[in-house]
Amino acid sequence: MNLKLLTSISKSLLLARWKQTLVAAIGVTFSITMFITLLSFMSGLNDLLDGLIVNRTPHVRLYNEIQPSKKQPIDLNSEYKNHYNFVSSVKPKNELLQIQNSGAIMQMLKHDERVLGVAPKITAQVFYNVGNIDLTGVINGIDVEAENRLFLFKDYVTAGNYIDLKNTPNSIILGKGAAEKMLANIGDVIQVTTTKGERLQLKVVGYFQSGLQDIDKVQSYASMATTQKLLGESNAYVTDIQIKLKDILTAPKVAKELGKLFDLEAIDIQTANSQFETGSSVRSLISYAVGITLLIVAGFGIYNILNMMIYEKMDSIAILKATGFSGKDVQKIFIGIALTIGLFGGMLGLLFGFGLSQLIDQIPFNTAALPTVKTYPINYNPKFYLIGTIFSIVTTYFAGYFPSRKASKIDPVVIIRGK
Amino acid sequence: MSNIILSAKNISKSFHDPVTVQILKEVTFTINKGEFVSVIGKSGCGKSTLLYILSTMDTDYEGELQIDGMMMANKKEAELAVVRNEKIGFVFQFHYLLNEFTVLRNVMLPGLKLGKYPFKEIEHRAYEKLKILGIEKEALKPPNQLSGGQKQRVAIARALINDPVIIMGDEPTGNLDKKNSEIVFDIFQELSKEFKQTLLIVTHDNEFAERTNRIIEMEDGRIIRM
Ligand SMILES: Nc1ncnc2c1ncn2[C@@H]1O[C@H](COP(=O)(O)OP(=O)(O)OP(=O)(O)O)[C@@H](O)[C@H]1O
Ligand SMILES: [Mg+2]
Repeated sequence: MNLKLLTSISKSLLLARWKQTLVAAIGVTFSITMFITLLSFMSGLNDLLDGLIVNRTPHVRLYNEIQPSKKQPIDLNSEYKNHYNFVSSVKPKNELLQIQNSGAIMQMLKHDERVLGVAPKITAQVFYNVGNIDLTGVINGIDVEAENRLFLFKDYVTAGNYIDLKNTPNSIILGKGAAEKMLANIGDVIQVTTTKGERLQLKVVGYFQSGLQDIDKVQSYASMATTQKLLGESNAYVTDIQIKLKDILTAPKVAKELGKLFDLEAIDIQTANSQFETGSSVRSLISYAVGITLLIVAGFGIYNILNMMIYEKMDSIAILKATGFSGKDVQKIFIGIALTIGLFGGMLGLLFGFGLSQLIDQIPFNTAALPTVKTYPINYNPKFYLIGTIFSIVTTYFAGYFPSRKASKIDPVVIIRGK
Repeated sequence: MSNIILSAKNISKSFHDPVTVQILKEVTFTINKGEFVSVIGKSGCGKSTLLYILSTMDTDYEGELQIDGMMMANKKEAELAVVRNEKIGFVFQFHYLLNEFTVLRNVMLPGLKLGKYPFKEIEHRAYEKLKILGIEKEALKPPNQLSGGQKQRVAIARALINDPVIIMGDEPTGNLDKKNSEIVFDIFQELSKEFKQTLLIVTHDNEFAERTNRIIEMEDGRIIRM
């Protein structure tokens, strides 16, 4: 009953000054609109850029690295166990990049609960022969189907059909940049030379575009079999095992564990791409900062209108108090006004924010670097709307709190005496 | 004993701005149920100051105040608000009506705050009060469309809505012309005679005062006649 009465008084005071309250509400609407739009857009952009990496990077990658042995023979000699042994000019052993027992490892990984999928890979250093010139390049030998399933390979094949790589023997999908340099069209045959001097003719069945220019100038894709043939290796030859996990956050832990278990190098996605996360979080931070700044400005608008209203309504406050409304009641009345402005303005802001995001979502955004993206990216995460609502309520509450506390402290005697 | 509605004992008050001046000096008196009491005295003798203390709005004083058998000392702000709401009706020189509400709603507000009756009942009672004051026709108008005398009558209706044990007025006819003052005074008379309403009215109008049950006269913060 009491609350109903207080809200009805709030409403009447508010409606009597509807123009000013509307202006204050528009301030909130504007800031929430911008807040939502900015965050949706920035977050969409972040997802897009992260996607460039995250979609195509294994969560954990197992490989061999050419490096000097950590234990030199002298370290194994029990006689010199308690000595400091200095060996200079240590060289790496002639050890293969090949992962031993890759088939068994992959079988085991496929049965691991945490693993979503496993794809083998071979990296081969090559030269693309263009007339007299040799361009350095890398051919990734992939299991085409697994690669597509786990790393959306198809999305990045901008010309030609990706599955041809599997079905056509001795075929290659060239990086867009590399293809342009070689003037190689689809259907053409190009020649590559391995670091060991082997030569092979390969048929171009498509172009690959990752969005990262430097990669597209160098990398190409071929099937596992073609690459093994190119290198003159057996069909057990695998240099990398790429693992996609169910939960990306467990990658560092899993990487450590698998590296130890199989005695291989293991790198997780977070370590491999830490710079991307930094970029994302800075962009989010900026959006939040701008959004909150706007809201605080809107908060001052509410603060002003309330102060003005209280100044105008001194008499009313005095008589309310004289006839039995307590200071708390008066405070609630004015907080009610502030919250109404905040809620009304905030809700409209959410709607407008959604609308504006949809508008941006329609704007064409064609860039050579991002073949799958046609319009500006927007992330419609409900989280932003929730945060927007909470922020608008909290700021308006505080904007209303101080003036309304002042109102609650008004001494009716002073007002009535002043008349 | 139960006949005493209001009792003031040794009430003193000083203002300290800029120098300490004692305005009320050990004011002691009681008001019985159904009495119509007027307070007179020269301008500046402390009548309003006393009334604000009696009305519980001013709590900065020494002495004892009892309203309807309840001690007012040590009561919290919210508790005093309840006392004002339930037991005291006010009429000031200025009407203090809220222009955002209709006349009827203005009268209803203290009743809605008390919440003793349902909304419809309060509305009905507000109409009744307006009828006693002869302004029920203006019930649905906003207060700013009423004449000064009518506004003051609405203020009286508002003071009556919760059937207070006492009505206090600080020069309620101070802003009115002769004719309207007469009307308001007649209303007070009627409330006193017909409804046995207890009234405590500060006034400058000696003629008015003469027609009340009892006159309390003040001078320099003291009661010199009662
Ligand atoms: N806030 C204040 N600070 C200092 N002195 C005050 C204050 N309020 C009132 N006074 C003084 O207290 C005295 C009594 O004031 P009060 O208003 O009670 O007089 P009053 O009897 O009601 O006069 P009037 O008949 O003119 O209304 C006056 O001398 C006034 O100057
Ligand atoms: Mg006075």
